[in-house]
Amino acid sequence: MSETNEKKVILDLADLTKKYDNGDGVEHINLKVYEGEIVTLLGPSGCGKSTILRTIGGFLDITDGDILIAGESIAALPPEKRPTAMVFQSYNLWPHMTIYENLAFGLKLRKTPADQMKNMITNMLELVSMGGSEKKYPGQLSGGQQQRIAIARSLLLRPKLLLLDEPFSALDAKIRQQMREELKKIQQDLGITVVFVTHDQEEAMALSHRIVVMNKGKIDQIGTPAEIYDDPKTLHVASFIGEMNFLKKEGKTLAVRPEDITVCEGAGQGDIDATVRTIMLLGHYVVLTVQHNEDVIKCNVTRDLSERLAIGDTVSLKLGKHSLFDAA
Amino acid sequence: MFKMLNPRRFYHAVGKRKFYEFLILAVFILFFYGPMLNMVILAFANKYEAPAIIPQEFGFKWWSYIFSQKSLVTSMIQSFVVAIVTTLVSMVFCIPAAYSIARFKYPGRKLFMLSFLLTNAFPKLGIFTSIAVLFYKYRLMGTYPGVVIIHMIHSMMFMVWLPSSAFRSVHRQQEEAARDVGAGPVRTFFKVTMPMAMPGIAVATLYTFLGSMEEAQGTMLVGMGRIQTMPVAMYGIILDSTAVQIGAVFAILLIIPSVIMIFIMRKYIGPEAIAGGFKMK
Ligand SMILES: Nc1ncnc2c1ncn2[C@@H]1O[C@H](COP(=O)(O)OP(=O)(O)OP(=O)(O)O)[C@@H](O)[C@H]1O
Ligand SMILES: [Mg+2]
Repeated sequence: MSETNEKKVILDLADLTKKYDNGDGVEHINLKVYEGEIVTLLGPSGCGKSTILRTIGGFLDITDGDILIAGESIAALPPEKRPTAMVFQSYNLWPHMTIYENLAFGLKLRKTPADQMKNMITNMLELVSMGGSEKKYPGQLSGGQQQRIAIARSLLLRPKLLLLDEPFSALDAKIRQQMREELKKIQQDLGITVVFVTHDQEEAMALSHRIVVMNKGKIDQIGTPAEIYDDPKTLHVASFIGEMNFLKKEGKTLAVRPEDITVCEGAGQGDIDATVRTIMLLGHYVVLTVQHNEDVIKCNVTRDLSERLAIGDTVSLKLGKHSLFDAA
Repeated sequence: MFKMLNPRRFYHAVGKRKFYEFLILAVFILFFYGPMLNMVILAFANKYEAPAIIPQEFGFKWWSYIFSQKSLVTSMIQSFVVAIVTTLVSMVFCIPAAYSIARFKYPGRKLFMLSFLLTNAFPKLGIFTSIAVLFYKYRLMGTYPGVVIIHMIHSMMFMVWLPSSAFRSVHRQQEEAARDVGAGPVRTFFKVTMPMAMPGIAVATLYTFLGSMEEAQGTMLVGMGRIQTMPVAMYGIILDSTAVQIGAVFAILLIIPSVIMIFIMRKYIGPEAIAGGFKMK
């Protein structure tokens, strides 16, 4: 993180609190986003990701704290005055306007000369691989294509900060992955700063420079994908990201990933003993579930080893990299 | 060729669904266009006596009779003036109301919505008489504003409910996206929300205009004979004469504005436009 410290802070959420009338919301959110970064807000449904994004975009008033962009508070500005651009999960485009008109709407408000505008739009459509679709209407495009146009429209306005609220979650898995890769490439080419919201941990891992893991309106942990994966700070983070085994140990909970467990044949050779319950072949590796007291533990083993094991055998487990948490 | 007109052959040739659709369509045409056709025939009948189906003599006699009546030409102008003013004033009042019902949650919202139903739920004549009492007090009897208010009450429910559901079908994100790219709230309303709700608004406007064109009861009562719209004049002329043809000619005259309006707004009121032309995939 030392290298990012020298970079310019684009977004600064300073003790941001947003409470809805019914008491739901987010509180004490502190987050700095640096220039050229993709930061992902990740968390289960209802944890307040959209709430944060919508306060940044100006669609929700904040209850407390401040929002700064490049050092200036924008908390009091309406959305149209903010240097941010937002892409929603769906219904971004105006169906009564052609793609060209959709893209030109914001540029016209900024009094962009017509010929320059035309160039910008043509180039931008190329960038999002939608060249030649100027005359179409949004209803004539697929969901993925519509999202590309929505992203293009945001990028055209050269926002200081691009806000994406689950932009790909309405698309099917294959297209989602493709869009993810394209977004990452565009972000690198243009060097824009992005705050991305998702509840898909895989998407967050693949896309982000840093991930903000949220739980029930609060931030649990902020870190690079590797930090979050290798060193989860809370039980919630540990359970939310990747696969994780939880063992009860002396009143505490021990969390260890399947790939960090070494399985040995016979008892007494590792940290704990267990009994084999199931053996499942998943291509080039095998997933073993074993029983230790009342805990069921998942471990990844080689095919070689799995062929020497049978259900009901006793094995011993060496627990590699793991974390300890106060009881769950 | 004639073999195909055998109902059984026809049934099997087009399939069960199509066959019933055809039957329903045929019945509909008979019921809907039958009286219309009869009316058109009557309007051009110089001479007609009751039991016959085809008039005894055709011609333009009744058309020239009606157009020779001075009061009629004035009544036409008055009708248009009242209808246009009613439509515009309705739009100014009802569209914002419709938008507020669609978008904002405030106490009494449901009641506000229901209040528009009430104007259509009670017998009109009862409402008109109680309104007349108020109108006397505020000197609105026999005035244009009085008549316009009566006409507005007539169609208010549609003018609020239809645009309101049209506004509700505009997704909030679509408005927010407009704000996001730099449009203020007013521009967002006129460039994004309104155009997207246009099918609903167009139908409601059409309904208001046509409703105003044909409103007679309330106009007679509140207009006090001083304001004679076409339907009011029609009552007078029909009561004065025994010829059914006058009614038919009048009916055709009243249809003309509807046809023109529907033609102008055809883009918005096709079943496709209403049903889903503006929906996204
Ligand atoms: N307008 C609102 N009024 C009251 N409560 C709301 C409102 N919008 C959201 N909430 C509540 O605030 C909490 C956070 O909602 P938010 O939409 O930010 O969640 P999210 O993390 O984006 O979830 P998802 O992944 O489902 O989109 C939820 O408990 C939700 O019910
Ligand atoms: Mg959300």
